[in-house]
Amino acid sequence: MSEPLLDVQGLKVYFSNPATRLFSAHDAIKAVDGVSFQIAPGEVLSLVGESGCGKTTVGRVLTRLEKATAGRVSFSGHDMLDMSQHEFRPLRRHIQMIFQDPFASLNPRLTIEQTLQEPLMIHKLAHNRAEARRLVVDMLEKVGMGADVLGRFPHEFSGGQRQRIGIARAMIVKPQLIIADEPVSALDVSIQAQVLNLLKRLQAESGVAMLFISHDLAVVRHISNRIAVMHEGRIVELAQKTRLFEQPEHDYTQRLLKAIPRIPTSLGA
Amino acid sequence: MALLEVENLEIAVAGQSEWLPVVEDCSFSVDNNQTLGIVGESGCGKSLTAMAIMGLLEQSQVNITNGKIWLDGENLLDMSAGDRRRIMGDTMSMIFQEPMTSLNPVYRIGDQIVEALRQHRKMTSAEYRTRALQLLEMVNIPDFQQRINSYPHQLSGGQRQRVMIAMALSCDPKLLIADEPTTALDVTVQNEVLELMLDLQRRTGTAIILISHDMGVIAQTCDEVAVMYRGRIIESSTTAGLFANVLHPYTRGLLNSIPAIDSETEWLDAIPGRVPMLEEKLSGCAFHPRCSYSQPKCADTLPAALSIGESHLVRCHFAGELEL
Repeated sequence: MSEPLLDVQGLKVYFSNPATRLFSAHDAIKAVDGVSFQIAPGEVLSLVGESGCGKTTVGRVLTRLEKATAGRVSFSGHDMLDMSQHEFRPLRRHIQMIFQDPFASLNPRLTIEQTLQEPLMIHKLAHNRAEARRLVVDMLEKVGMGADVLGRFPHEFSGGQRQRIGIARAMIVKPQLIIADEPVSALDVSIQAQVLNLLKRLQAESGVAMLFISHDLAVVRHISNRIAVMHEGRIVELAQKTRLFEQPEHDYTQRLLKAIPRIPTSLGA
Repeated sequence: MALLEVENLEIAVAGQSEWLPVVEDCSFSVDNNQTLGIVGESGCGKSLTAMAIMGLLEQSQVNITNGKIWLDGENLLDMSAGDRRRIMGDTMSMIFQEPMTSLNPVYRIGDQIVEALRQHRKMTSAEYRTRALQLLEMVNIPDFQQRINSYPHQLSGGQRQRVMIAMALSCDPKLLIADEPTTALDVTVQNEVLELMLDLQRRTGTAIILISHDMGVIAQTCDEVAVMYRGRIIESSTTAGLFANVLHPYTRGLLNSIPAIDSETEWLDAIPGRVPMLEEKLSGCAFHPRCSYSQPKCADTLPAALSIGESHLVRCHFAGELEL
């Protein structure tokens, strides 16, 4: 692999257990317990696992929404976890996030134009309003929306359209890494397919690297280059996607693959 | 006559100024030992249909405007409210999607199971408790003798859903309606819960209606499938018959939208557009604006339900003529 864009080594995140009694030894909840992986520029790596396996916590550490207990994360050569908020700020532009819930992740009081303009202004990527508007309209077009939506508010849009706006907001600052946490799991299947196609196309066009967090193995197989299976805070298997699906090595991966209900193949998609 | 027969059911919801039809001309039946799957995207009317059968619709907001629901030869819609209450939870019962919000957080699960029983069966306290224990054991709750005193938050999602199933089965219902029973659960747990439902069916002969958006779950669990789009059943068949010969473009589109688990493709064949809003009036076939086979006729005339082969029904003008 070429020089990795993101290098995560021995990452641990422990939470104190609220159920522990006052005078007994504090046993921590080990949400993430020694996770290591790398993402190359332009690569899509998926973290897949069931609820509570720690996949979301990994994503939250990488965007510094959560503090790591131990471990090292380096992003294009910078040691991310030791930085102060101030030092981290210039990197923030290059690590963007797409969230699961399109209803909760857009500010209801901002128009679509304001939503998409804000990151441009904060990161000084547009020098005046006219330039910002041009970039916003370009980006909207890339996610399949027209300039007519500029003055509208999030509540006027369906879940699928909101997710397109969330994707536009992450992509508009031309980041190097996108962390997408269950970006399609709240959507209906027909809309999910549209948004997956969109994500895949934008990723290929822009060459952005992506950490795709999901519980859905079929979706993960569709979008990733490599897949890491998480179970109880650890990565139990990490492989190229075809290899992972065709020759799963770990017990847990095999169990997971077997559990998925199959649609009869006679219908040949 | 089958155990449950729904005939030309029509449901309308209160809009800004008028009643908007949400379920139209919906007919299907389920018999003992049978599992019917109802599949569709959000807003297609599948949950409302289930609520109508159970008698859970909020009358000021949602109204059954036409149709008949026969259960064991009696039309539920002609019954008094009191009679329906006696049936609800006894002859037929329902499992909901959210196991956390459907259980009362401040009561122990044992008491909640007994509460459901108390409505319909007269027993002594000791007998209630024995029955509750028996039910918890039946749905495979580990350490059920201790767990009977647990509160809902002390159980995992899968265990909570098992408790819901135990409650639903407490009076040996003839009909069980499960509305997205495994959607909130992890895949490995999902299988256990589905297997549990089917296992109980084998033992008691309960008829099951399984509502889901997940074609995989439907394919694995159901004997018959009805696909709904915007309030109508657009295709229905035996599960094997449907997957062997898909006749409606929407059903095909839905199947193509799902990424394959056992193979790889570059792009998904997504259905363009979205499910139209309730307020949007549509003439002809409701799917025509999104259908790639659409002809002028589709926008004008509502396709009738065509019967193709044995028990395969489809609402499409070009059913059987298309290469899907």
